[in-house]
Parts: sequence; C-alpha cells; structure tokens
Amino acid sequence: MWTWFFQLASPRWFYQTANRLLAWLRPLTLVLFLVGLYLGLLFSPADYQQGNTVRIMYVHVPAAYLSMFAYVVMAVSGAIGIIWRMKMAHMVSVSCAPVGAIFTLLALLTGGIWGKPTWGTYWEWDARMTSELILLFLYLGYMALHSAFDDKKTADRAAAILAIVGIVNIPIIHFSVEWWNTLHQGATLSKFEKPSIDADMLKALLTMILAFQLYFFVALLQRIKAEILEREKLSGWVQKLVSD
Amino acid sequence: MAMKPQRKKRLTTILAGIVGVGAIVGLVLYASDQQMNLFITPTEINAGSAPKDRIFRIGGLVKVGSVVRSQTSLQTDFIITDNFADVNVTYDKIMPDLFREGQGVVAMGKMNEQGIFVASSILAKHDEEYKAPEVLDALERAGHPVEKSDKG
Repeated sequence: MWTWFFQLASPRWFYQTANRLLAWLRPLTLVLFLVGLYLGLLFSPADYQQGNTVRIMYVHVPAAYLSMFAYVVMAVSGAIGIIWRMKMAHMVSVSCAPVGAIFTLLALLTGGIWGKPTWGTYWEWDARMTSELILLFLYLGYMALHSAFDDKKTADRAAAILAIVGIVNIPIIHFSVEWWNTLHQGATLSKFEKPSIDADMLKALLTMILAFQLYFFVALLQRIKAEILEREKLSGWVQKLVSD
Repeated sequence: MAMKPQRKKRLTTILAGIVGVGAIVGLVLYASDQQMNLFITPTEINAGSAPKDRIFRIGGLVKVGSVVRSQTSLQTDFIITDNFADVNVTYDKIMPDLFREGQGVVAMGKMNEQGIFVASSILAKHDEEYKAPEVLDALERAGHPVEKSDKG
C-alpha cells in the first residue's frame, strides 16, 4: 500500500513521472486557458452593476484561490519532509514558494485594479486584503529564510517550520470577510448555498479556475524538475541525462 | 500501518505546534476584534461606540429615498442605515460609480456637533451577487425591479 509513497520519494522516479505528466498537462492547460478566456472575455455577460469591470474576476478569483492552495501544498509537503525526513517532499515545498508568491502578487494587483473602479480605492487595510498581503510576506520570508542557510538540509527544515506555522493565516484569509466588517464582499462560490452568480459567468469562472489549477501543476512540476537536477547533479542518472 | 516512534513524535510536535500557534493568533485576533473591523455600523454608533473628535469609518446601506444632491456644488446628503439605526452623512466630493440608493458604502470622516457624519471619503461596497443585465430586465418584468447602473 505504501509502495507509491516510497516511489514518490525517489527523485529519479519523480523526475520521469513529472515528464510524463507534463506531456499532456501542458497542452491541456493551454486549451483550458483559451476556452476560459473566450468564455470570460466574449461569451459571459457584463455585470448588472459593474459592467465589464467584472471580467477582472476571471483572473482575480483563480489567482487568489491558488495563492492559498499553493501555500497549503508548500506547508503540507514541508511537514512530510520533516516527519519522514524525505528530501523529495522538501523539494516540492521549496518549488511551491515562488509560484505561490506570484499568484499572491497577481491576486493583490488584480484586486487593486478591480477595487479602483468599483469601490473607489486601490487599497484599504481591511482584514481580507491585509491577510492576503501577509501571505505574500510569508512566501517572501520563506524564500529568504531558505536561501539564508548554506546547508540545504538545515534550510529545508527551517523554511518548512516557517511554512507550517504560517498555515494559520489560510483560514484567516478565507473567513476574514465573515468574521469582521470588511470592504471586500463575502464568498460567492465557496458557501453552502447555491453560488450567487449568473450561470454563464460561473462557467467562465470555473473554466479559468481549472486552467489556473493545471497551470499551477505545470509550473510546480517544472520547478521541481529543475530542483531535482540541481540537487542530484552528482548522481549517475543525472550525469547520464545531461551528457545524452 | 504503524508509524515509527520518532516519526510519530515529530508528527505530534508539528500538530501541537499548529494548535499552539493557532490558539495564540486566535486569542490575539479575538482580543483586537474591534480594531479588525474596517468600519462600525449605525447601530454601534447609536449605542455610543463612535469615537469623538477622531476620524473613523461607518458602513451600511444608502437608505432608499434619502439621497439629496446639491444643485450648486458636489455636496450630497444621504443616510447610511443598517436597517436598525440611521446616520446622516454629508459629502462634498465626487462619488464612486457604484454609489446609489440601496448600495453598501463605507464612509470615512468625523461626527460634527449636530450629529451629522462629515465624510472625507466614500467607498462603495459591492455584494457577492453577479448578475447579467438580462436577468434584471426579467426581474423588472416580473415586478421586482432592481436599481440599475448607468454602465450596464
């Protein structure tokens, strides 16, 4: 039952599996982006209040969701790395950070661009925006901490601890709009009732979320591959791979 | 599948750490509950929790039928309500596009002696509903009109 788990722990096996996955993940991501952009920019209607400004949602919502998803992957793989002393898990964790940081930055920027015409401000220190900004600082802190150590093992463990501690911020981001008075509106999709969104807008949004999700895996797998080559450069199979 | 003792110990330490940090953060957030809110509501102002001589934010809905625009200047007078209490607000700058009766707004400013909130900035909130204009036309035909944006 645990064979897959130990196979996953082998950098060589992971590298080869990543290659096989990427072969069909890359074109699928591209197709989903094209369909999603068509649905979002042309097919879906404008909003009754916001007009065409609402289309920023098709980038903002997936980016914000993945900024949190990437963090959870980073923290969980960091924890697996610490508990099982598995170097492959640390490589996954380290590879998540820059990808997650970019999604966070994208969510903050598109949020500002969306906020100006609808709310009347780029930025307000409300709980949702502030906690998302803290998420960006957690990613940056993680990367800074990891690069501060010369020894990879120490760096992996120290950074993983930071990632694990920072996970308390994830529920805060999600529930901030419920717990406190915020400028940011409440959840549209992730609530127990029916999503309060037009059906055509929902189609576009879900397609874009899926496209971003797959793009995340593509970017993550490519970073992991680079990380494997870097760390295993002295091993026989990497030497052979490079010389071929 | 039994875990090796030292792995189990590391797992427990991590879980205990998350619970501990979560409890600390939770208590800090709970203690600073009032500061975490971006704005206070008209009900809270009526209950006396409005700071005196200090800038603060109030949030609520623009009361339907309360908006009075000046003919000679940008000044707009309106009422912010949370359906339990009302606060009179005056503002003399350009309103955000989404400002309309029934809309959620956040106003920043000070209370004057007459109990009128003099706003220095107004932000429009929007809710989590996203609708197509056609749906609105249908609602209107069915006799449930919703106020419309001029941007449509």
